[in-house]
Amino acid sequence: MNGRNVHADTDTPASVSAKLSARRRHPLAGFLLLAVALTVMGGLYAAVTGAGTASAASTDGTPQEIAQGRALFLEGCASCHGMNAQGGSTAPTLIGVGAAAVNFQVGTGRMPLAGPSQQAKRGPVQYTEAEIAALAAYVASLAPGPAIPSAQDLDYSNASLQEGGALFRTNCAQCHNFTGAGGALSNGQYAPSLKYATPQQMFEAMLTGPGAMPVFANSTITVEEKQAIIKYITTIRTSPNPGGMSLGRLGPVSEGLFLWIVGLGSVTAIAVWIGAKTS
Amino acid sequence: MSTPQTGPIVKAGGAAADYVDERVGVSKFLKKNLTKVFPDHWSFMLGEIALYSFIVLLLSGTFLSLFFKPSMTEAPYHGSYIPLNGIPMSEAYASTINISFDIRGGLLMRQVHHWAALLFLAAITVHLLRVFFTGAFRKPREMNWLIGNGLLTLGILEGFAGYSLPDDLLSGTGLRIADGIVQGIPVVGTYASFMIFGGEFPGTDFIPRLYIVHVLLIPGIILGLITAHLMLVWYQKHTQFPGPGRTEGNVVGYPLFPVYTAKAGGFFFVVFGITVLLSAVASINPVWLFGPYTPTEITAGSQPDWYMGWLDGALRLMPNVEINAWGHTLSLNVLVPSVIIPGILFTAMALYPFLEQWATGDKREHHLLDRPRNMPTRTAIGTMSLSFYILLWIGGDNDIIATHFDMSINAITWTLRVMVFVVPPLVFVITKRFCLSLQRRDRDKLLHGYETGTIMRMPSGEYIEVHAPVSAEERAKLLAGHTYRPLELDREPDENGVLPKRKPLDAARARLSAFYYAERIEKPTPEELHEAEHHAHELEESYLAQIEGGSAPAGSEHAPTRSEH
Amino acid sequence: MSSDSHDLVSADDAAHPENPLAPGLPEHKLRRTDIDPRAAKRAERQVSLLFVIGALTPIIFFFEYVYIPSDKLIHVPLIGDTSASNFFLGLTMGIGLFCVGAGAIHWAKKLMPDVEEVSERHQLRGTDAEREEAVSQFNAGVESSGFGQYKMIRRTLIGALAATPLFAVPLLKDLGPLPGNKLRYTLWAPGVRIVSDVSLNPIKPEDIPFGGLVSCVPENLAAVEAATGNLNARAKVPVVLVRMRPEEIRAQQGKNWDYQGILCYSKICTHVGCPTALYDRKSHHLLCPCHQSTFDLSDAGHVVFGPAARSMPQLAITVNADGYLVAQHDFTQPVGPSFWERG
Repeated sequence: MNGRNVHADTDTPASVSAKLSARRRHPLAGFLLLAVALTVMGGLYAAVTGAGTASAASTDGTPQEIAQGRALFLEGCASCHGMNAQGGSTAPTLIGVGAAAVNFQVGTGRMPLAGPSQQAKRGPVQYTEAEIAALAAYVASLAPGPAIPSAQDLDYSNASLQEGGALFRTNCAQCHNFTGAGGALSNGQYAPSLKYATPQQMFEAMLTGPGAMPVFANSTITVEEKQAIIKYITTIRTSPNPGGMSLGRLGPVSEGLFLWIVGLGSVTAIAVWIGAKTS
Repeated sequence: MSTPQTGPIVKAGGAAADYVDERVGVSKFLKKNLTKVFPDHWSFMLGEIALYSFIVLLLSGTFLSLFFKPSMTEAPYHGSYIPLNGIPMSEAYASTINISFDIRGGLLMRQVHHWAALLFLAAITVHLLRVFFTGAFRKPREMNWLIGNGLLTLGILEGFAGYSLPDDLLSGTGLRIADGIVQGIPVVGTYASFMIFGGEFPGTDFIPRLYIVHVLLIPGIILGLITAHLMLVWYQKHTQFPGPGRTEGNVVGYPLFPVYTAKAGGFFFVVFGITVLLSAVASINPVWLFGPYTPTEITAGSQPDWYMGWLDGALRLMPNVEINAWGHTLSLNVLVPSVIIPGILFTAMALYPFLEQWATGDKREHHLLDRPRNMPTRTAIGTMSLSFYILLWIGGDNDIIATHFDMSINAITWTLRVMVFVVPPLVFVITKRFCLSLQRRDRDKLLHGYETGTIMRMPSGEYIEVHAPVSAEERAKLLAGHTYRPLELDREPDENGVLPKRKPLDAARARLSAFYYAERIEKPTPEELHEAEHHAHELEESYLAQIEGGSAPAGSEHAPTRSEH
Repeated sequence: MSSDSHDLVSADDAAHPENPLAPGLPEHKLRRTDIDPRAAKRAERQVSLLFVIGALTPIIFFFEYVYIPSDKLIHVPLIGDTSASNFFLGLTMGIGLFCVGAGAIHWAKKLMPDVEEVSERHQLRGTDAEREEAVSQFNAGVESSGFGQYKMIRRTLIGALAATPLFAVPLLKDLGPLPGNKLRYTLWAPGVRIVSDVSLNPIKPEDIPFGGLVSCVPENLAAVEAATGNLNARAKVPVVLVRMRPEEIRAQQGKNWDYQGILCYSKICTHVGCPTALYDRKSHHLLCPCHQSTFDLSDAGHVVFGPAARSMPQLAITVNADGYLVAQHDFTQPVGPSFWERG
């Protein structure tokens, strides 16, 4: 580093300006300038576009919401789903999928699809709550479809935990595993873990059948039954493991691995100790 | 030793010993066996792990049997585990939930029992591998090998029976699969299935029957076989690794009393303790999460316990070949992976000692173990079989691998289908070559000494690396082992010049023997060793002469004793 | 055999001048505890401490057993929320047992003599004299029994010994009934209503959306189960109802076995019998989680991957007068795994 060890009492105008110019030519100056510029631009952008104020999602879209939704749709979704949401070669039609599907897909960050991958994954949510509501309203306006569940729909406080378990094991465990830890489907697809899903997202997923998942309409699994299932999932995924570490709740595979590495490993280590020469 | 004190305990002990000896003559046995020598190597304790795990299984299993109800009668559950309240389930399952939540220490004992079962089979497996790779199955221990194979088979069946008793969704699915396999057996399949289950699947007879098999029949047989196994080890004395002072005619080690009593007895407590510690910190078989067995439900990621994983993998990898002819169905897709492949593997494993003995023609006793590198073909056969087993094992986990490594389950299956044919022969070749290389290096070490890493520059400018002769112990180890040669089964004409009739299997035998031993590295003969030593001395002399003739290099106390040309 | 002739340095031949094993046992190295009495004392203290821990843990265990309720939970780092009873009982017992064992091993390693001892192996086989004696005693016994002399006894003895185990054969017959044709039929019959599993609600076609999946059983299953007290009927009857657009159905196992795009297939895998309910609504594939057999429900349930060799049996359905989905008749082939007599 130059210019660091200059003493004040030897400062001359020339040396002062040398100091200043040294700092102006500081190696990190360029980066600092860039950081400031980006922050300013980003702040301006945020202020102009008004991100940050959350509002509750509504199922009936107002005309403004629908219009805003359409605008957002054209910008972020139409390239795959078509200008009129009719679908295309890479994406299905959204006509009739309902607000619930949009709320689920966009609300879990599955959409917009990050890349042309096998299966949409849960990820960072790209839109604000208000934007999601707008998109949902727009898609719902195209044709009747499953609506976003109401707070009453999602109130599972009176649901039967036991019935939920029975329903879960019959309808869900075969793909999602007995505690919702996830499971494999064909050709690289998978049923994801239910660890992160909110009750609303669970309800919407059952209702709309995202991706390969079948559709469990309210006529085949009633709202009460869905509440029971949600109650079971939310209870069981945080339930304690009385026996110790859960080892992923994957069953005998992780147990066997644990045994070979930790169990047999430690016992063999003792055997080596026993057989070793003592000094 | 110091004179024994005459305290009350010693006095009582003496009186008791006297009492017993008067009736049973135990002192005769003790005088011979208290100082029995056992060799000391950690790999000889792997079988002990299995033995101690078995004792842990007996103890924990007895506890469980006091609370478990082996009945398939259905009734709604009422107990402390709330998510299952009111759910109809069999008494077997309900009593298992009861043990887990309402009996203090019940869950601990359940977990101890299950972890010990997994450890039992893992220990048997590594013990088997040790015995195989060191050739401990050779004469006079062939019978013990067979007994061990029997213990492995029974252990696998016993474990399967054990984890199926709680009648939970995961193990019930396993039983369904077992029934499907039995049903597919030609001619007698459906009859066998109905006899085992007392009618159609699942019936109400199976769990009680399985219970008796699991707590009485198989443990009884296992106990008997373990006793025979240990008696043979006792009588024939344990094998030992070659080394200084160790010959075919002796056993070098420590006496049973007190050293081995303390070590082996201590090891039992250690194995028990570690199993209990595992059960305190790691959950196993949480049956309340699976739910009771019903034939309409199933979970993703349905696997059996690890020791059955290879069978499940074989079922997954097998292509769907079924033959329908003349009103009958031959389900090769089920029979090959679950009956034929295990049948071949277990039979081959059991017969291996006899096969190898046939190839070597060696009828001597062997009490010194082989270093695996000295028997390259046997070692290669072992690693080849192990690779096949491991590939099947991985096949059984293909859906867990698919979800965790973001792969396609179909791709994994196809890849493994190819690998089970390609990988084992490759492993065979690589292992055999590796063993031969190691042998070559050993031979080099014997003849030329080991490389010390010290480089010297001669006055002439030549660089040499200093070699030092191996120590006497190392030499003993490297020279140990017998170099087999392929059998020559030439027929000698008798006194009338008539060749005897060729025995029918001789040609096959000669080929097998050649397969085993045609490629080999001979151990240096005493003449070769002398020659090498002599040559080395000469070389040393010449280098010293060079050095003394020129100026001596610094630090020449470490003058080369051997050098590489 | 030529294999023995070049056995150069035979380990048995202790007198062989080249026998490299002749070096004999390596020199015994003393341990710290052999030389230094303080080290020995320290080792003694360590062993005793381990034994004391082992002795005390059952007492602690007793108190834990009595005072920790079986439903109490605690949070343990790295483990999470777990049963306090299991954790503490296990930890105490495990540590206690481990310490006893470690103490004994430590005692052996540090304080007991570690001088290697040599013991000679004795010939395993009997001496020639012993063998001769055994053989002659045996022969004498055979002769005195008259086995050689009394031909009739000899011949009938084999029969007697071979026949007695046969008592077991008929005794085991009643382990189970003969299969008969039980594997060919299920509870499904003409007009039996299809109801959803668990909730037991009957289903109308309009209840099922496109891409829908419903796990179902026959309406009379509950009654049959109550009457028989077993799950045998349940093991064969589960079915799945799926709905796709009629034009997506490329093939079925019978004409008009669907109802307006609603198809009914067995849920029991034809491989070895696991319930097969993983339905991919895009590809119409039904996947079995056990061994990954995959069936294409839009193509008559054909196997598209995996070890199952036969298509998933289809159940012909229609709608009854009240508009509920019912079976037209039982399956026309046995459901579940194959068997020899299947045909």
